[in-house]
Amino acid sequence: MAHPGAPAHATGAAQTGEQTGLWIWLTTVDHKRIGILYLYTALFYLMVGGIEATIIRTQLAKPNLHVVSAEFYNQLFTMHGTTMVFLVIMPLSAAFFNYLIPLQIGARDVAFPRLNAFSYWVYALGGLFITLPIFFAVAPNGGWFGYAPLSGPTYSPGFNMDFWVLGLQILGISSLAAAFNFITTIINMRAPGMTLMRMPMFTWMSFVVQFLVILAFPVITAALFFLQVDRFFGTQFYEVAAGGDPLLWQHLFWVFGHPEVYILILPAFGLVSEVLPTHSRKPLFGYNVMAYSGIMIGFLGFGVWAHHMFSVGMGPVADSIFSVATMLIGLPTGVKIFNWIATMYGGSLRFPTSMKFAIGLIAMFTIGGISGVMHSSPPSDLQQTDTYFIVAHFHYVLYGGAMMGIFAGIYHYYPKMTGHFMSETLGTWQFWLNFIGLNLTFFPMHFSGMLGMPRRIYTYDAGQGWDLFNMMSTVGTYMLVLAGVIFAVNFFRSRKRGPLAGNDPWGAPTLEWSIPSPPPDYNFAEIPEVTSRYPMWDLKSPERTAGIEHSHADSATITDAHAVPMHEETERKTAAELGIPMPFNTVKPFCVALGLIVMMSGLIVLHAGKTPLALAIMLGGTAFMVGSLYAWLTSPLE
Amino acid sequence: MMTVASAAATVAGAHEAPEHHHYTTTGLDNRKIAIWAFIGSECMLFASLISTYLIYKGRSVVGPLPHEVWTSPSGQVFQPILNIPVTSASTFVLLMSSLFMVLALEAVEMKGKPGYTGLRGSSKFWLLATAIAGAIFLGFQAYEFTSFVHEGLTIKTNLFGSSFFTLTGFHGTHVAVGVLWLMTLLFIDMKRGLGPKDALLVDICALYWHFVDVVWIAIFTLVYLIK
Repeated sequence: MAHPGAPAHATGAAQTGEQTGLWIWLTTVDHKRIGILYLYTALFYLMVGGIEATIIRTQLAKPNLHVVSAEFYNQLFTMHGTTMVFLVIMPLSAAFFNYLIPLQIGARDVAFPRLNAFSYWVYALGGLFITLPIFFAVAPNGGWFGYAPLSGPTYSPGFNMDFWVLGLQILGISSLAAAFNFITTIINMRAPGMTLMRMPMFTWMSFVVQFLVILAFPVITAALFFLQVDRFFGTQFYEVAAGGDPLLWQHLFWVFGHPEVYILILPAFGLVSEVLPTHSRKPLFGYNVMAYSGIMIGFLGFGVWAHHMFSVGMGPVADSIFSVATMLIGLPTGVKIFNWIATMYGGSLRFPTSMKFAIGLIAMFTIGGISGVMHSSPPSDLQQTDTYFIVAHFHYVLYGGAMMGIFAGIYHYYPKMTGHFMSETLGTWQFWLNFIGLNLTFFPMHFSGMLGMPRRIYTYDAGQGWDLFNMMSTVGTYMLVLAGVIFAVNFFRSRKRGPLAGNDPWGAPTLEWSIPSPPPDYNFAEIPEVTSRYPMWDLKSPERTAGIEHSHADSATITDAHAVPMHEETERKTAAELGIPMPFNTVKPFCVALGLIVMMSGLIVLHAGKTPLALAIMLGGTAFMVGSLYAWLTSPLE
Repeated sequence: MMTVASAAATVAGAHEAPEHHHYTTTGLDNRKIAIWAFIGSECMLFASLISTYLIYKGRSVVGPLPHEVWTSPSGQVFQPILNIPVTSASTFVLLMSSLFMVLALEAVEMKGKPGYTGLRGSSKFWLLATAIAGAIFLGFQAYEFTSFVHEGLTIKTNLFGSSFFTLTGFHGTHVAVGVLWLMTLLFIDMKRGLGPKDALLVDICALYWHFVDVVWIAIFTLVYLIK
């Protein structure tokens, strides 16, 4: 990949590898580059989803406003939810899966580098597929969980929900392909000595998430497929007149949808579990319990879906079971909260921006978690369901939880990705604006919800006690926009202008900090041998890891073992000079993804009534996809 | 749509790892782990499809019906539509294909070993036999689908039609992808010969094929045999 004899990249001066330009990014199979692609793409969609939210809040600022039409408002809230869940938080997590998992487990890449590129391109193109319609006012308009029969052909006859059904189907393929890849990577690519119980906590949480993805996504694939054939081929899955059950969609959706909640939050939990020990300068409290509670959350996550459906009248037995299960899942989550606090307790704390965001997650997620426990009780939930109280709840867990955790991760890992620090001054401004803004936006929603304001409502009359709370929420949203702008400035300016960061700018304990920032394309000149959970601390601050299990009793051996990956003299060499085989860049995964999108687009044309053209597009897309796939499979990896 | 992409993911696994051997934590090839993860995922897909079929069983407001006689408002009488003897035959063929698949894998693994001469050592023969058995099963399914349409049951007719054609159609698509995969292996075998070092390529295909068979046993039991 890199030219032999090319000028060695000074620490932090270049992006991963030497080459730049569009073609390189289109053909890359390097997990770090793909991680960066995920990061930029997801941040772009964060902007899109943020603009949608801002328009929504502007519309709701005062009673009886008509900033946008009611029809467009439906598209806005549908796309805001869909965008933030599927195009922002999941891919931001994927950015970290890609960038960090191989580095944390001491691998040179993921198990299937080209499949990884395929996942990204399906996401990027699928994201466009579902996002572009809003510019033509034909965006999905049935809510982010697309309840059938409302989303079926009878009640949503236009193109709007076509884009949603097909777009989600496409994005599901991306997530599934990535999950197979990461499961294999984590099971099979760990460096010698990296036992499961020595994996960094982010990798652990990611591992759990991948299992949630492979088990939850097929369920929505089936549900979406039923909706797809209902919409395009006239089947009757969700047709009530034909005997179809209106609860079928709800059950299938939430069997996926509740694990999805943990798919969104666990990676953020993993990120703060890296940040907190680093800046507390103390090992993670209760590592084993943290790992087990993650697994526990994963298991229980499949048994609580119907708490989204208390109001449909499932009967006392089902209500009770799901209520108890939901209360139960609060336990492993609470365990995590206490373990993070215990990690900080007695530590020698530092408060860079990442630490502020990590502590912010603990505080904000706790609020969201507690309101979650409130509606685990069906009688209480019946008062709250479909009101702004629910909107408050899930924004505390997703914005206060997942996004705060992801910002912590971005500030923490930015020096590793770019070789430069982000500005702490701007970071602190962003944090406090975010913190105050999100509480100002979402806390009043508890009250407007309890006073009966329904979610998704287009506008409202004055005099119901909602006016002040809505104005507060809108002002808070503008603060969040300002925080977002500050973040964007910080993010883009710091790439070149930020102070240089060395290999290990934070004094962190895990393997990714043993290599240069940004890492060379081969990551590790030599695959490290791991003897404990905190290899870098064994080397630099052995007193912190004295109480932790090691493979070798002799601490000198530990130091030697971990000195290996750090060798300064090899860090500037290219893969070719070191004799490390690197995968070839290839455009074929992109082509397969493109073929897939074209094939799906054919169905939209079919709905437009142009059957021959639709068939031509679908067959053309399929042929291109299968042809590219065979070309990919028959060409060597490296 | 899922099927195509998931098959893509599977086949991708089939050729992704490089020729020379990399260190792995478990000692197993990456592709072997990926195919098991994929099969786990597929279980959830078929579980959703089968559950939907069972939930909708007996809820169609019009016929034709799988196991019951139905008289339309105009007085036309529709017999139970499922043809169990014919499907039993196609089930037998599909189950036999799993046996052929085992023999194909053995022939590849043991190529050149004493006792693996003639038919027993001919991976080409057994791969072809597996693919043909899969194709025969698909032929039966095509016959079944067309005869149902002639008898008045389409995917649009009622809940039974929608859920039946979707479930068995998904399975059939999986068989078709498997046949394509087997033909690809056969093509490689004809071109350069498959030997013990390629056993993994055949092994992961075999895992997929057996999985698709097992799913059919569930479908055949739950849809056809249980009234």
